[in-house]
Amino acid sequence: MLRMTLIRLLSVVPVLFGISVISFLVIRMIPGDVISSIMGQDFGDPAVEAELRRYFGLDMPVHEQFLRWLGALLQGDLGTSMRTGQPVLEEIMQRFPSTLLLAVSALVVSILISIPLGVISATKRNGLLDAGTRIGSLIGLSLPNFWLGILLVYVFSVSLGWLPSQGAGEGEGFWGSLKYLLLPAITLGASLAAISMRMTRSSMLEVLNQDYVRTARAKGLAERVVVARHALRNSLIPVVTVIGIQAGALLGGTVIVEQVFAWPGLGTMVIRGISQRDYPVVQGTLLFLAFFYVVVNLVVDLLYTYLDPRLRSGH
Amino acid sequence: MVTEVAPDRPTRRRAQEPLARAGRRTAQVLRQIMRDRVGAIGLVIVVLMTGAAVLAPLIAPYDPTAMSNQRLASPSGTFLLGADEAGRDLLSRALYGARTSLTVSLIVVTCAGAIGVLLGLLAGFYRGFLDAIITPATDIMFSFPTLLLALAVVAARGPGTENLILALVIVFIPSFARIVRGTAMSIRREPYVESGQAVGLSNTRLILKYILPNSIAPIAVQFTTSLAYAILIEASLGYLGLGVQPPQPSWGSMLSNGKSFMEISVWPSVVPGICIMITVLGFNLLGDTLRDALDPRLRGRSSR
Repeated sequence: MLRMTLIRLLSVVPVLFGISVISFLVIRMIPGDVISSIMGQDFGDPAVEAELRRYFGLDMPVHEQFLRWLGALLQGDLGTSMRTGQPVLEEIMQRFPSTLLLAVSALVVSILISIPLGVISATKRNGLLDAGTRIGSLIGLSLPNFWLGILLVYVFSVSLGWLPSQGAGEGEGFWGSLKYLLLPAITLGASLAAISMRMTRSSMLEVLNQDYVRTARAKGLAERVVVARHALRNSLIPVVTVIGIQAGALLGGTVIVEQVFAWPGLGTMVIRGISQRDYPVVQGTLLFLAFFYVVVNLVVDLLYTYLDPRLRSGH
Repeated sequence: MVTEVAPDRPTRRRAQEPLARAGRRTAQVLRQIMRDRVGAIGLVIVVLMTGAAVLAPLIAPYDPTAMSNQRLASPSGTFLLGADEAGRDLLSRALYGARTSLTVSLIVVTCAGAIGVLLGLLAGFYRGFLDAIITPATDIMFSFPTLLLALAVVAARGPGTENLILALVIVFIPSFARIVRGTAMSIRREPYVESGQAVGLSNTRLILKYILPNSIAPIAVQFTTSLAYAILIEASLGYLGLGVQPPQPSWGSMLSNGKSFMEISVWPSVVPGICIMITVLGFNLLGDTLRDALDPRLRGRSSR
């Protein structure tokens, strides 16, 4: 168990290194170079250009640039924003709680929707609700989440006027902010809900065919008890895995959902950075999100080994 | 030695008439897809959307970039699906959007597929040094959230069609490489490959004759589901303003324009979204059915 955990922990190191290399290359992949991209055509002052070049360390050979960048990174220095002059890490830390809140809420929403529907769909197989659920989950998988967001805004904000469509409602208290959170969380959680609903249904159907479920039924237990006590827990194992795998993917999804709802998180930050050509911001945010994604996956993996006794024996 | 149980295993008969055999197999798969109601729906959607994309210049009632004074008009005899904020016909734009979306996705998935399959074959067949480089590299790319990886490339190279394609190709290579590596490794150990090796076939011939044909089923499934996913990501980047640039119509950017005028007309926010959804649904349904038809062993396994 301990050995497995250690191996899994170590396996993250090359991945984190690879992510650093990719993020490092982001600035170096700019056609021409970052200086001409910042200065445009108008600023031809060679002194300014040399100064900028030195600032970005572009006057050194590439491997030295990389080492210097990696060294700064290890000290938690992600550079400073070229627009605001604020350290990038500082802004990330200001905005990260919003993104995390959105991702976690989406996770909760998707679990609340998918597991009950998946279970009902499986127990009332081929019924009307089952058909509806299956079609719903197929549509959920094919629907671009930003479009779902647009539709929700149209129905609940524009037409009905029930919920706000932009921002996070800072300073409006708990219930006030909750109103702002609802639509983005549903939007982000929908595709995960579709995936885990399918998983719950198929896994539940499989478990309901097992011998021990037949035994439970033969004992004369009510079907409700059979499902709740005997089948549900086992059928949830693969569902938990899928949710774990997808939890990290929610972080990528936040980028676009935040854009739809002008949510003040890392997603809007990175898009703003791209449109303003604020390269340190783009680099730092992408790096942070990717690191966090890897860490989430690692934690899910470790938790899963811990929770499922069969995996603990050490294969 | 000819067994009907596994008709996709290479046999002597296959070697003698490979084309006819492949044709029969394709027809058989198509029949199987059409027999499955869901698969048939998927195939019909895909064919219709491809047709719309190919024939867009012929069937679109207007030039997709031609503006008029009928800004945000509702559907009418003039504009069947209404008009956008510049008075452009939404139907024509949606048709040309299909052209953009499908062209980009097809180019991306074809290129990524070719590169990924090659990498997967090399890693899975030769193992050793090549595998030691290719596999960790694909693993690292997998560990990046898809959209973020594409964003990183577009952020560096700037928005535009070519950079969009480059970004998406990079994103889609790893899944092909991983799948093909797996099949290549397992087929390599089959007795018929070993006997081929024993009679002195070169590695290239072994790969072309045995490994590649037997990897076709998972590649085809991956190809179809990747197309669905590519359409979604293309639309997402388009929505963020980082994909195909205006005035060329793309579903994603149509949606982001439409959203600003939602209070006045909902049509620009609905039409492109429905197009994306139906097309992606079509490829997903087709991919699922293809998976079942080509290889029952893959049933129920999800692609990503």
